[in-house]
Amino acid sequence: MTTLFIQSLLDALTLGALYALIALGYTMVYGVLGFINFAHSDVFAIGAWTGLLTSSLLGLSIVMGSQTVEPRGWEIFLVIPAAVLVCGLLAWVIQRLAYAPLRDAPRLNVLITAIGVSLLLQNVGQLPWVFGTDPRPMPRLIENPLLFEIQGVQVTLLPMLTIVAAMVLMVGLEVLIFHTRFGRAMRAVSMNPKVASLMGIPVDRVIDGTFVLGGALAGAAGVLFAMEYPTVQQPASNTWVLLGLKAFIAAVIGGIGNIRGAMVGGFLIAFLERFGAAAQQFFPGIISFDTTVYRDVYCFAILIVILLVRPAGLFGRSVVEKV
Amino acid sequence: MSELLLQLQDLHVHYGVIHALQGINMNIERGTIVTLIGGNGAGKSTTLRAVSGLLRPTHGSILFEGQPIHQLAAHRIVRRGIAHAPEGRGIFPNLSVEENLMLGAYARNDREGIRSDRTKSLALFPRLAERLRQRAGTLSGGEQQMLAIARALMARPRLLLLDEPSLGLAPQIVQVIFRIIRQINAEGVTILLVEQNAHMALSIADQAYVIQTGKVIKHGPARELLTDKDIQKAYLGG
Ligand SMILES: Nc1ncnc2c1ncn2[C@@H]1O[C@H](COP(=O)(O)OP(=O)(O)O)[C@@H](O)[C@H]1O
Ligand SMILES: [Mg+2]
Repeated sequence: MTTLFIQSLLDALTLGALYALIALGYTMVYGVLGFINFAHSDVFAIGAWTGLLTSSLLGLSIVMGSQTVEPRGWEIFLVIPAAVLVCGLLAWVIQRLAYAPLRDAPRLNVLITAIGVSLLLQNVGQLPWVFGTDPRPMPRLIENPLLFEIQGVQVTLLPMLTIVAAMVLMVGLEVLIFHTRFGRAMRAVSMNPKVASLMGIPVDRVIDGTFVLGGALAGAAGVLFAMEYPTVQQPASNTWVLLGLKAFIAAVIGGIGNIRGAMVGGFLIAFLERFGAAAQQFFPGIISFDTTVYRDVYCFAILIVILLVRPAGLFGRSVVEKV
Repeated sequence: MSELLLQLQDLHVHYGVIHALQGINMNIERGTIVTLIGGNGAGKSTTLRAVSGLLRPTHGSILFEGQPIHQLAAHRIVRRGIAHAPEGRGIFPNLSVEENLMLGAYARNDREGIRSDRTKSLALFPRLAERLRQRAGTLSGGEQQMLAIARALMARPRLLLLDEPSLGLAPQIVQVIFRIIRQINAEGVTILLVEQNAHMALSIADQAYVIQTGKVIKHGPARELLTDKDIQKAYLGG
């Protein structure tokens, strides 16, 4: 029982950290522009692919189910920055080409454009000379030694690394947003872009910067995810789409537009998912059906509940709709 | 002495098909208070928005210190020395009073100057000094207006645009605000003041412009307009 509890806890923390990283990108863009950037989950998928491809470039690859070269340990310090760079750049390009020209258009137009960008990335990703449609195994970037054992649960390096890396990124983002000049500008733009420009804030550049930040976090999350669950699917696969959707729900539950809300939402959803799945094992006498098959249902259920009782999300203030 | 600070030349502004400004001409001398009066929807706020760069004129030009500024983005115009305390105050409600104030100095890099302007602004508005850590959204209307003006001053502007600073405030507060406007002007800041409260505005201004449906229908020394029969009938309640 304790074993199961600790195992679920560890899984939930790892997954939650990843959801939170992705959710931050949704919530930041919503904060400054007031629309859902549906292409964000595809940027995340491309982050994972960037991780896979740069690993191969560095000589790490998987042939016939086994890795050709053992990782030398430093690859990770190239692979993660590469994904961060590629995804930050990609998010910037998407913003400049697709969204920036629509700054004065109704938000519905922008929303539909976002769906279009998402479909474009997903379908281009399936082309044989891009990623193709076959799932690919992610090579090992680091060894995964046993760190310690607690109540029969073996805690290894990889999930710990994921949790710590995600935490470091989130703390960094928190500092950036709440304690720097750029962060203050970003918050001002999200509250009132016109008045922000009267303060001398270059609103366009702040918006671009927000996309780059969100993209960079998604890129890091993509590699971390691929390291933890080492099968990289095509961007249009159900797995990725569902993952993006859950991160989006995390942002909504936390209160879309709210940075801390997105972090909490990410962990909340992962906890529900993992503990929900294990519920039958926790209460064998009481729950007679197989709870694992419903693992994706719990987060949608909590979404409905939250939208009913606290439509602005856990941390959201209901505000008058901005025009 | 009579150096032109701001010139509007045949200024036209459209909102889509609405022709809001239809050829405004205006000259503002350095060191003066100029007021812009006119009924609701006359185009007063639109004029200020065109000057601060929130709106792009469809025709005509705006010269500040002799340089054309009508092609510049709003965030560049602040750096030239024009600050705009907009209609409705434009406070950032979820930021603290302090953060709002410091945003006013966003375009500046001179730490020393910013610090001394902060001290000066807080001396002008002691009420704000007591509420620095408070969320700006929780301030009263009068305090928010004070914050809007103090924040605009943090840009150390040579021209200050004020859009209806007395709107919705109790008479005593209005008195305070107008006294401070005069004080700011006495320190050398040129002021373009938009007001519904024409009597108050005319009594502190040097020059006045009356606009109606996007055109200047009258201008001259404020003292003369205060005694003008037509103006009295239309804007001074008799
Ligand atoms: N955002 C806007 N969209 C369309 N029309 C506007 C907008 N803002 C102002 N107008 C119109 O422009 C004219 C001038 O408005 P404004 O400058 O706000 O007047 P005021 O003198 O009361 O400040 C009015 O007819 C108003 O209806
Ligand atoms: Mg107005």
